[in-house]
Amino acid sequence: MKRSILSGALLLGATLALAAPVKAQGSGSATIDTIKSRGQLVCGVSTGVAGFSLADSKGVTQGIDADTCRAVAAAILGDANKVRFVPTTTTNRFTALQSGELDLLVRSTTWTLGREGNLGLLFAGVNFYDGTGFLVKSAAGVKSVKDLDGATICVQPGTSTELAIADYFRLNKLKFTPVLIQDLAEIQNTYLAGRCDSYSTDASGLASFRFQQGPKAEEHVLLPEIISKEPLGMMVRKGDDKFFDLVRWTLFAMIQAEESGVSSKNVDEMLKSTNPDIRRLVGAEGDLGKSLGVENRWAVNVIKGVGNYGEMWDRTVAPLGIPRGINNLWNKGGLHYPPPIR
Amino acid sequence: MSGAVIDPRHSPMRAAPKKGLSLSWSDPRFRNIVWQVVILGAIAALVWYLVQNTNRNLAARRIATGFGFLGRTAGIPIGEALIDYDPSINTYGRALLIGLLNTLKVAVVGVVLATILGTLLGVARLSKNWLIARISAIYVEVIRDIPLLLQLLFWYTALQGLPAPRNAAHPLPGVFLSNRGIKIPLVEWEGPFWWALAALALGLIGTMAWSRSATQQQEATGVRPKVWPVALALLVGFPVLVWGALGAPFEVEMPVLRGFNFVGGATLSPEYGALTLGLVVYTSSYVAEIVRSGILAVPTGQWEAAGAIGLRPGTVLRQIVLPQALRVIIPPMTSQYLNLTKNSSLAVAIGYQDIVSIANTTLNQTGQAIEGIAAIMLVYLVISLSISFLMNWYNARIALVER
Repeated sequence: MKRSILSGALLLGATLALAAPVKAQGSGSATIDTIKSRGQLVCGVSTGVAGFSLADSKGVTQGIDADTCRAVAAAILGDANKVRFVPTTTTNRFTALQSGELDLLVRSTTWTLGREGNLGLLFAGVNFYDGTGFLVKSAAGVKSVKDLDGATICVQPGTSTELAIADYFRLNKLKFTPVLIQDLAEIQNTYLAGRCDSYSTDASGLASFRFQQGPKAEEHVLLPEIISKEPLGMMVRKGDDKFFDLVRWTLFAMIQAEESGVSSKNVDEMLKSTNPDIRRLVGAEGDLGKSLGVENRWAVNVIKGVGNYGEMWDRTVAPLGIPRGINNLWNKGGLHYPPPIR
Repeated sequence: MSGAVIDPRHSPMRAAPKKGLSLSWSDPRFRNIVWQVVILGAIAALVWYLVQNTNRNLAARRIATGFGFLGRTAGIPIGEALIDYDPSINTYGRALLIGLLNTLKVAVVGVVLATILGTLLGVARLSKNWLIARISAIYVEVIRDIPLLLQLLFWYTALQGLPAPRNAAHPLPGVFLSNRGIKIPLVEWEGPFWWALAALALGLIGTMAWSRSATQQQEATGVRPKVWPVALALLVGFPVLVWGALGAPFEVEMPVLRGFNFVGGATLSPEYGALTLGLVVYTSSYVAEIVRSGILAVPTGQWEAAGAIGLRPGTVLRQIVLPQALRVIIPPMTSQYLNLTKNSSLAVAIGYQDIVSIANTTLNQTGQAIEGIAAIMLVYLVISLSISFLMNWYNARIALVER
């Protein structure tokens, strides 16, 4: 009898211990440990935006957001394919990350103060610098956003775009009627059906949408104004700084690799490089990987699996006809400026 | 009353002796109380645990909580609103109020139209006319077997198939049908209209008084004085006279195509149109069956007896059958009204900004999901309880009074 009470208490204790937050073990990060024991990174992406995350004909999710997920998986697990992609909508994306359903959210999400302040989430970096644009039908003869006074505009609710449009139109004393539909395919169909004069979202999203129209792309024009700053990036939960560091530096490693001329093709030769910057990046010198809680060759795994930032860009976004522009390296007129890896 | 069985427990001789509550497990009353306290305590503990757990986790994840966001400037654009709204000035609280009003706008109109259409269909299905009965039967069987969401998307797509504003269909002067919605002329509301409205209210009271006195006269003499000429004079003539005496202002604001869209007049947006149409068509198929079952529940003898005293079929239906059928109809009808109201939340799919749509946007912009969902739940709870309360009151009123 006594023994059964004792074992009951042990069971209870074990249950309580399991219910309590998982304590960090090897890597110093609960999230990294979970990913390692699961053998898979769970990454939230969009429900299908060409160039960002869209399933190809083989069912493989392709795009710059998807590849950013793969890079993090490669850094932790050494294999860029150990990712489970979870499609999220604009309205459930934060809840999915907050609740722990996702490890990482890379879903063309704009870095804003309000989101970092209120959501309990952190932006770990910017993988794409974007801005709100407007797409109109060529036949309408609209040349500028200023011509859109009184227009009906299709936009997804819950985005920073809807706030940006409201601000811009008020500032310029213009009026507009919004049509707000959550589902991406539905809002695009609604625009194509002529319910709206214009479709607005991030300029990259518009370019991707226009690209998907194939031969009919000529029927749509992207207006020249970009009315807001939309730095899109990766989000993690607050409270796991180690994982935050890893995600942040994974992207920096890809950008640094492009800057240093390290690519997926020459990364093995670069292991023998004499340049100390490159030697530290590929883990031939120092133990920077260990300080992040992963193996020293983490950056090599990332570059082998996904390539450097430029390779990722050329593979995913460039085919949509989006110019590199501000997404170039800092020394080529862009905004990507990786801090020193040392 | 000889032969009536008296429950022996009710006889003072045989009733169980009344005892004070004893603290013994063999006392059923004591057992009942103990069990109720235990179960209530367990439920309270569970609720307390859930609330505590939520609060702890929210705090641990540093997610903002509380309803403070209701007073913050919203910034979210809203397509159609019954009250003035400017995203850069007005608050989330007002945005949610607009969502509530938009939900009510669909629910009230939907309930009224679904009842009318459903009743017509239900009666039609019982018609002796083969064609009418079959058409009604096909309508019911087809419509209620197609998921509502698909029907809404169908209506929304159909309304988008209308021509662009530039080539809008123009069936009547001032009426335009386009993929931006239906535009109708709007009469400018001026002072005399308020007076006419007041006259209408007075007329309504007068008509009711006249109708009551007519009933009294009918009971006294057996002859019912005609009510409708008086009603017509009081309800139509009187307000028109008041409006005419005050100068009969009548200025119509016509919709005019300017730039992208029509300016002026009133708009029925495709989103609202598709949602209301979809809900009415769908719910009416259920209402039709409820009405049919209610009519069939009235014994044939009632029809025959009414026919035997020489009443016409129309009178039999209105005066004899429907009042009795209502007792069967009202309870399931309440469920349909509740369903229609709750189904209006499918508005999200077709871009109509009801309470769910606006609360969803709000919770996404503020990151406060629990508060947003709580607001949605509260709104539906209050609307549904109001409908239930009204319908239960009506049900009690028409219930068969048994003496």
